[in-house]
Amino acid sequence: MTPGSWLERQRSLLDYTLSSLARRPAKNLALVTVYALVVFAVASGLFLGEALRAEATAALQGAPDVVVQRLQAGRHDLIAAGEVERLAAIRGVERAVGRRWGYLYRPSSRANLTVMVPERFWGGDGEAVIGEGVARVEQVGVGETLRLEASSGESFDVKVREVLPPGTALFTTDLLLLSEASFLRLFGGGPDRFTDIALQVPNAREISKVAEKVLQLLPGSRAITRLEMARTYQSIFDWRGGLVMALLSTALLAFALVAWDKAAGLSAEERREIGILKAIGWDVSDVLLVKLQEGAVISGAAFTLGAVGAYLHVFLGSAGLFAPVLEGWSTLAPRLHLTPAIDGLQLATLFFLTVVPYTAATVVPAWRSATADPDAVMR
Amino acid sequence: MSALIEARELRRVFHQGRSDQVEAVKGVSLSIAAGQVTVLRGPSGSGKTSLLALLGAMARPTSGRIFLGERELTSLPERFLTEERRRTFGFVFQQFNLVPGLSARENVMLPALPLGHPRAGLARRAGALLERFGVAHRAAARADRLSGGEAQRVAIARALINEPAVIIADEPTANLDSVLSGVFMELVGTLRASGKTIIVASHDPLVYESPLVDRVISMRDGRLEEPAP
Amino acid sequence: MILSPAVIALVGGAVVGAALVGGAALQGAIILRGWDPKSGSERQVELERRTALVSTLVELALGFQLLALFLFVYTADALAPQFTGAMCAAGSLKADPHGYPALLLMLAAAIAAGLWLLVDGADGLGHDYPLLRAKYLMLLGLAPLVVAAAWWEVAWFRGLHPEVITSCCGSLFSRTGRGVGAELAALPPRLAGALLFGAVGGAVLAALGFRRSGKGALLLAALSAAALVASLAGMVAFVSPYVYELPTHHCPFCLLQREYHFIGYPLYATLLGGSVAGMGVGLLSLLGGAESLVTALPSRQRRLAGLAALLLGSFAALVAWAVLTSGLRG
Repeated sequence: MTPGSWLERQRSLLDYTLSSLARRPAKNLALVTVYALVVFAVASGLFLGEALRAEATAALQGAPDVVVQRLQAGRHDLIAAGEVERLAAIRGVERAVGRRWGYLYRPSSRANLTVMVPERFWGGDGEAVIGEGVARVEQVGVGETLRLEASSGESFDVKVREVLPPGTALFTTDLLLLSEASFLRLFGGGPDRFTDIALQVPNAREISKVAEKVLQLLPGSRAITRLEMARTYQSIFDWRGGLVMALLSTALLAFALVAWDKAAGLSAEERREIGILKAIGWDVSDVLLVKLQEGAVISGAAFTLGAVGAYLHVFLGSAGLFAPVLEGWSTLAPRLHLTPAIDGLQLATLFFLTVVPYTAATVVPAWRSATADPDAVMR
Repeated sequence: MSALIEARELRRVFHQGRSDQVEAVKGVSLSIAAGQVTVLRGPSGSGKTSLLALLGAMARPTSGRIFLGERELTSLPERFLTEERRRTFGFVFQQFNLVPGLSARENVMLPALPLGHPRAGLARRAGALLERFGVAHRAAARADRLSGGEAQRVAIARALINEPAVIIADEPTANLDSVLSGVFMELVGTLRASGKTIIVASHDPLVYESPLVDRVISMRDGRLEEPAP
Repeated sequence: MILSPAVIALVGGAVVGAALVGGAALQGAIILRGWDPKSGSERQVELERRTALVSTLVELALGFQLLALFLFVYTADALAPQFTGAMCAAGSLKADPHGYPALLLMLAAAIAAGLWLLVDGADGLGHDYPLLRAKYLMLLGLAPLVVAAAWWEVAWFRGLHPEVITSCCGSLFSRTGRGVGAELAALPPRLAGALLFGAVGGAVLAALGFRRSGKGALLLAALSAAALVASLAGMVAFVSPYVYELPTHHCPFCLLQREYHFIGYPLYATLLGGSVAGMGVGLLSLLGGAESLVTALPSRQRRLAGLAALLLGSFAALVAWAVLTSGLRG
């Protein structure tokens, strides 16, 4: 017999591998299902964390370069309107704007809304623009009214002028935008006080210098730069993502043990089949190749199923199963529409967290099953 | 007639150095001539199967030397031993050892899969072999649905797929009735006529008393009963 | 320590990789101790079967190691915004002193594993395990390298603190800075380019020569190693500015980014693959005097030399293409 080709050997054995997998549908489907569920869970956490991070980064693109807040006994306090002018005068600051915002808890829907006065509110007095999540939990649409309870005890209605599109859902979903007059009516306070002051500093290199000068000018205030906000977001997402991963890796370990057990615990019938193969002229390396191909097919199927499932779950299903864990800050959040943000890094990470432990756990059992004595079936 | 397989003082010990140590083959020397039908005869437990495994390059002797033509196989690593084995030998087992879920044709193709030949040609060759042994109509049937006689023919077809020079059969008629055993010996006759060397281990008189057999070697207790040349 | 999913994956991968190679080395030691090729005992047969396990373990470990290298650089890149001053992997790696040693160790481990597998493959050509002793002794050396790479990698992650102020690739790989990176960047581009093309060209010629005559294996190995070093330096001093079209940008990592069409991947892959193949030819000449390899080894070496010529030639062609199509040309 002339020696055959390397590629043809791979293909011939792959044929056998596939038929061998198909002949044990129950066992292999169960394995792929469990494996795919693990991949799905890890991938959902990973994709969601990355998508949230991407959203945060995108939202921060439009954030002010420096935010100045007054502190009172270490707590955030309102800042006098007069400071806007003083801050605007700092060299390097192009513009300073006083901002009004706050949080409103709605006992009826148990939702926490972010209330803001945009720099240029496009509605009239007594009108509101709301986020998609607010429209959902409050069950109001355009043209309908929303009843607000002011801190003074009185109630008043605002008319919904617009519901924000769900595009940048994470940061707009819980928004309630009001005119300045409505805001002051809701929370009290006078027109001479702002929540904080946003500074525009066009030259990125001057930002830290500006922050220093703010502190000199307004002792007892704090200046938060955009970079610091970005880093905080990043580390929060990393930390939360990491926590979820740490929990999942415990599950992974258990999974690796199960995988090892599955691979090690060959049924009598499989053991006999390998014995036959060895007897009719298969080498250790041939059986080992089949076993590794088996693992690769199972890993490939589970990885694809799990990753695609997680993609659909996170980006079409709004991560319904996971959102409470990763976000936890609002009942408004579960209907996020996240922008798909998948890259090679995430897929490689996913691969390392799932396929690598599985393969490492199954290689020794695979080898062991391949070392059956060729003449064992004759004894 | 030149010796195809030459064995000198072969020993095979299982579980060496342990309390359950067994010496299955105790210093056997013999040579097998090409083109002949040789039968190893003896009661079960006499070491026939162990000797057959050594002669068929399935296992390495614990001591002694073994040659295949000019080539010494004695301490060849398993990988190369396997290569020699699948190039030279085809095996038929007592229980036929077909893989149950696979079709007859797939079973016949199995020994050739690791060799890396194009599969279309392989399937044709398997088909031709099934045809030759009169079971072509069962090519697509699962091995566990074959009758005893069909399974035997498929097993022989499988032994021939790599065009071996030597066919080794271990108790091939033990699970067959006398009619099928007779059919088996007819097949041995055709194989012999086509120039194959055949080594059979059997304690079935239908086999060792057959006129087709060139030589009968008796074994008892791990040794040959008469000194073989 | 930054606990991002990619970091956890890398730490897990490092542990798994070290376990695979450590396990392989342990098996290798067991095989070396009990090895008796003349014996037909069950023990010897079992040891022979273990060699298949060792090969598979190292093959898997190398695969994981290459993937880990990719993930490592990519993660360093993704972590950059956490550090003041870092803009890509170069800055993140600098943020803790373990960063660059970890990268170099991982690279060295991958190269060593590649060479080991070449020796392992050659050992399989002979009927009497001719390179068995050499290869398992090598494996005992490879294992600590892989473990060290894993250790440094974990140490780097542990040493990372988001507030650390580091430097970006612009200052690390700038001509005016200090340190190895800056010294590389300060090489005159023409000289660096000449060294790169000279060493790679020499290695390609030596590979083609070996393929034809079967002579000069050690020369080929030396030139391949030189090509690897000269090319890594040349990537910083010569290739990068052309790819970025900025005479002052010398970062060897930004090449891997999408903005530059991922050109870094084929560049580094052909360079590493080609130089490992070339070095392998020489290594096999040093080890392979066994009788059972007399016919099989030279043809294996020639095929490796052909592979080295092909990969290093492709590398040089890619570099030339990147330079010629650059807006910086002239």
